[in-house]
Amino acid sequence: MITRSLSALARALAAREISSVELTGLYLERIARLNPKFNAYISVDAEKSLAQARVADDMLAAGQAGPLTGIPLAQKDIFCAKGWLTTCGSKMLGNFVSPYDATVIERFNAAGTVILGKTNMDEFAMGSSNETSHFGAVRNPWNTECVPGGSSGGSAAAVAALLAPAATGTDTGGSIRQPASMCGLTGLKPTYGVVSRYGMNAFASSLDQGGPMARSAEDCALLLNTMAGFDERDSTSLDRPVENYARDLEKPLAGLKIGLPREFFGEGCDAGVMQRVEEAIAEYRKLGAETVAVSLPNMKLAVPAYYVIAPAEASSNLSRFDGVRYGYRAPEYADLNDMYSKTRAQGLGEEVKRRILIGTYVLSHGYYDAYYLQAQRIRRLIANDFVEAFKQCDVIMGPTSPTTAFRIGEKASDPVQMYLSDIYTIAVNLAGLPGMAVPAGFVGGLPVGLQLIGNYFSEARLLNVAHRYQQVTDWHLQHPSGLD
Amino acid sequence: MSLTLEQVRRVAQLARIDISDAEAESTLGHLNGIFSLIEEMQAVDTRGVEPMAHAQDLAQRLRVDEVTEVNRRDAYQAVAPETEAGLYLVPKVIE
Repeated sequence: MITRSLSALARALAAREISSVELTGLYLERIARLNPKFNAYISVDAEKSLAQARVADDMLAAGQAGPLTGIPLAQKDIFCAKGWLTTCGSKMLGNFVSPYDATVIERFNAAGTVILGKTNMDEFAMGSSNETSHFGAVRNPWNTECVPGGSSGGSAAAVAALLAPAATGTDTGGSIRQPASMCGLTGLKPTYGVVSRYGMNAFASSLDQGGPMARSAEDCALLLNTMAGFDERDSTSLDRPVENYARDLEKPLAGLKIGLPREFFGEGCDAGVMQRVEEAIAEYRKLGAETVAVSLPNMKLAVPAYYVIAPAEASSNLSRFDGVRYGYRAPEYADLNDMYSKTRAQGLGEEVKRRILIGTYVLSHGYYDAYYLQAQRIRRLIANDFVEAFKQCDVIMGPTSPTTAFRIGEKASDPVQMYLSDIYTIAVNLAGLPGMAVPAGFVGGLPVGLQLIGNYFSEARLLNVAHRYQQVTDWHLQHPSGLD
Repeated sequence: MSLTLEQVRRVAQLARIDISDAEAESTLGHLNGIFSLIEEMQAVDTRGVEPMAHAQDLAQRLRVDEVTEVNRRDAYQAVAPETEAGLYLVPKVIE
C-alpha cells in the first residue's frame, strides 16, 4: 500500500479496500517508528489527522469523493494550518499555532485530503540542506549521513522514506527541485502566480512559489490540480482559466524540441551527475525528441543577483517578527527597541540573520542603485535569455543540482559554497518560469535529478514530458532500503 | 569592496538585531565572502535595461471599498506574547 501512486490509493479508497482512517493510521504508525531516524516531520498530531480521515471516509461513503479524497499528505511547515503548530523551522515561530489556513491548505482540506504532519525545513526556507532548521537537520533516506537538500528537505525525506505518499514544498531558488533531486522524487515549481501564497510564510515574495513533491509526474499533476487556482487574497495570484494539469500526460513526444543550454553542460557539474543527465537526454531522443543547442549567457549572474534580491525581500518580510503580535519574545529587555533587538537576536538563526543583514545593507541609503537596481536589471537580462531560448525549443533540460546529496556538515560553515548548490535552479525563479526535477538514476547510491524548464504556464507540457520518460524508466519507482 | 565592522554593527542596528562583538566579527567574514560573490554582477553594463521587480507584469487589482473580513481579533491575539483588553502590550515608549 505504501508504495502505491496517488491514483492507485484513490482507487483502493473508492473500492473500500482500505479506509482513509486505516491508511492514515498506517502512515502515522510508520512516522512514529521511523521519523526519529530521519527527522522529516516537526509536528505530528494523530488525533487531528484521524479526525480529518473520518471526514474523508464520510465523503467517500456519501459518494462525494474527489480524486484525492482520503489521501494523507505531508505539508511543509511553511503553510499555515489552523490549529497546527506552524514553525517555518524557526525558534521565532516555535510556539505559533496558526489561527487560520493557508489557501493551499484550505484547498487540500476541501478536497478531502488528510494532513499527516508538518515537515521540517530550513529556517524560513533559507537554505539548501535543511541544516538551518531550529528543529535539527533532516537525514537523507538514501544515506542518513547526507543532507536531503533544502529548503523542502523534510517533505522530500518524508516521501522518500515512505512516511507520506506525497508532500507540498515551496521553491524560492530551488527549494522544491533540489531536495526532490537529492531524494529521488519528482517535484514541480509552477509558474509564479499559479499557486496562491496566502498563508505561506513569505521569504522573497517575488520569487516564492508552492508546488507538489511526489513520486511521479502523474501524482504531481493530481496535486497541482488541487493546489493551483486564482486567489483574491494573494495580490500576485493570476486570474486564469482552470486547467487540468493531467490532460496531456500521455501525449507522444515525437517532435519535441529539447533545448540544451551550453551553460548547463560546462564546468562545475559532477561528472557522474552529468553522465546520468546525458543518458536521460538519450532516452528522450529514443522517444522521438530532438535536441537543439541554446544559450543562457547571463546564467552565471543568477546566483549573485539572487543573493541581492532574495535577501532584500526577506529583510522586509521578516521585519514582522518583532515579538509583538505572535511568536517568540525575549524574556528580558530594557525598552521597546531592546525588546525588538533581543527578540530577533534570540529568535532567528544564523543564516536568517545573515540574509536579513545583506538585505538591509543592499537596500540602505547609498547602496540601493549599485546593488538592488543592478540585480533587478540582471534579472531582466536573465528572463530575456529564456525568452530567446524558448524561440528555439519547447523545454530546456539539464542537471537540477551540480552534485548528489552532500554530507551533513560539509557546507554548513561556508555560505557561498552552499549558495552555489542552487546554481542551476535559481535563474528559473528569477524569470518566474515553471521547472521540474525528475529522477534520472544514481551515482554512488544517491539519486540524480534531471531538471526540466518550461515556458510560462507550460506545466501540463512539462508533466507530459516527465511522465513519458517515467513510462520507459523506473528510477522514480526505486526506494531506499531499510524502511520497514 | 569589503564591509567594515562598524558597517556590520550599523546594519544590525537598522535591522533591529542585537549583535555581540564576537558575532559581528564572524558575520563580517561571512558577509564579505557573500559580497565577493555578489560583486560579479558589478562588471555588467546594464545601461538601458528596465529593472525587473516581478515575474509577471501585473497591475494591482482594485476592489470595491467594502468590509470583507470578519473580526477575528480574539483568535489572532491568542497567539500574541502579551495582550490586554484587546490591545498588544509593549514596554512603555512615552513616560
